[in-house]
Amino acid sequence: MSAWHAIRTIAKRELVSYFTSPVAYVFLVIFLLLTGFLTFTAGAFFERGEASLGAFFGWHPWVYLVLVPAAGMRLWSEERRAGTLELLLTMPVTTWQAILGKFLASWAFLAIALALTFPVVVTTNVLGDPDNGVIFAGYLGSLFLAGAYLAISCMTSAMTRNQVVAFILSVVICLFLLLAGFNPVTDLLVRWASPAFVDTVAAFSVVTHFDGFQKGVIDTRDLFFFLSVIGFSLFATGVVLRNR
Amino acid sequence: MIKINNLVKAFGAKRAVDGVSFAVERGEVLGFLGPNGAGKSTTMRMITGFIPPTSGTVTVGGHDVAEAPLDAKRLIGYLPEAAPSYPDMTVQGFLSFAAELRGLDGDARKRAIGRAVERCFLASVLHQSIDTLSKGYKHRTCLAQALIHDPDVLILDEPTDGLDPNQKHEVRNLIRELGKTKAIIFSTHILEEVDAACTRAIIIDRGRIVASGTPDELGRPLDEVFRRLTLSDTVKA
Repeated sequence: MSAWHAIRTIAKRELVSYFTSPVAYVFLVIFLLLTGFLTFTAGAFFERGEASLGAFFGWHPWVYLVLVPAAGMRLWSEERRAGTLELLLTMPVTTWQAILGKFLASWAFLAIALALTFPVVVTTNVLGDPDNGVIFAGYLGSLFLAGAYLAISCMTSAMTRNQVVAFILSVVICLFLLLAGFNPVTDLLVRWASPAFVDTVAAFSVVTHFDGFQKGVIDTRDLFFFLSVIGFSLFATGVVLRNR
Repeated sequence: MIKINNLVKAFGAKRAVDGVSFAVERGEVLGFLGPNGAGKSTTMRMITGFIPPTSGTVTVGGHDVAEAPLDAKRLIGYLPEAAPSYPDMTVQGFLSFAAELRGLDGDARKRAIGRAVERCFLASVLHQSIDTLSKGYKHRTCLAQALIHDPDVLILDEPTDGLDPNQKHEVRNLIRELGKTKAIIFSTHILEEVDAACTRAIIIDRGRIVASGTPDELGRPLDEVFRRLTLSDTVKA
């Protein structure tokens, strides 16, 4: 049996399990309500008077901060709690196939959630004449941002059989990655640290690397950053699972 | 089929399994006896490749579990101790998932599921979600998963635990029947099962083998032999 077959089988089961429990629907409704509310009310989408999705994407690092760990917290902790981890890892699959399968399934689920925000794009196109290339870059960046948070949730989920612990750990790590490049924080840092230091810290932030996508720039360095976070976190997941 | 050589598993200072060696050939049903905490599950987890041994080797069908885990795992059907399964799936979905992971497709998968369902008497609950099933059915669903690819080697950790007397009887018969063509290790602390299903038995206590042989060789009555050879929790504490 090929590696890809194993990954696909595991991913399919995981994705279906989202939709057979209420998790998926609760997640989708909250995600769409929250992004809708933040874009149109708090983000002053109409008052801006510009045909762009800046008001929409700007919130994503914050919305994902809570919602992505909620979607990822069960990935491994539930397998550990229910004992199905033993079943899964004694099947003829490698640990990394299982990790990748489960990660890709939840990432696909987040992609579905993101795709369901299409009315915002339609609205903007009806009301004005936005640059759809910039919007596409924004979506791509948002997907990678979600992937980075998700990989971190994957890692914390593998550490514990308690979903709440996995959730909190993951939020804390993601918050750190967010705040490192968040303007109010960097402004504060500049007062007593050298600009080079502040830049270095900010370089580890998801915000810094998400900015470019929002402006419509698909920079390979930003892609590389997100892929590194994903790669590192999934690798750590493997280490944690092997040393359980 | 299964060869275990000087297997050791240490958790910190405690040696849960301490130098266990034995072999099981095709056509044998090995009863793995011992009090709770003797190291039965830990040994089985090392055979199935779920946890790595501290030292020693396990080979299944000629494949070293540490070096060629996938080749070894393909030959093994495994029922873990608590008979875990995915509660949100239906019995059919769960077995189909297991069959797919075992590389069975199309008609072969259908036949495999049909055979496992028949062997484990699951036909009446096939489309029910697993969390709505009684303990006996849940247990047999996990057992069916272990049998799905008609493996040469079966590792069953307390396969009759939580079943009612009728179900216990059926599972014992099933094990005896399957044992004619496979190599089976099953753990239990019910001594009658040794007579009912095993061709050979090993008694393990505090990580070491303390007796091994056919039920007749071990001596009668079995429960007296068992008590003489092993220490209860209360004595250990």
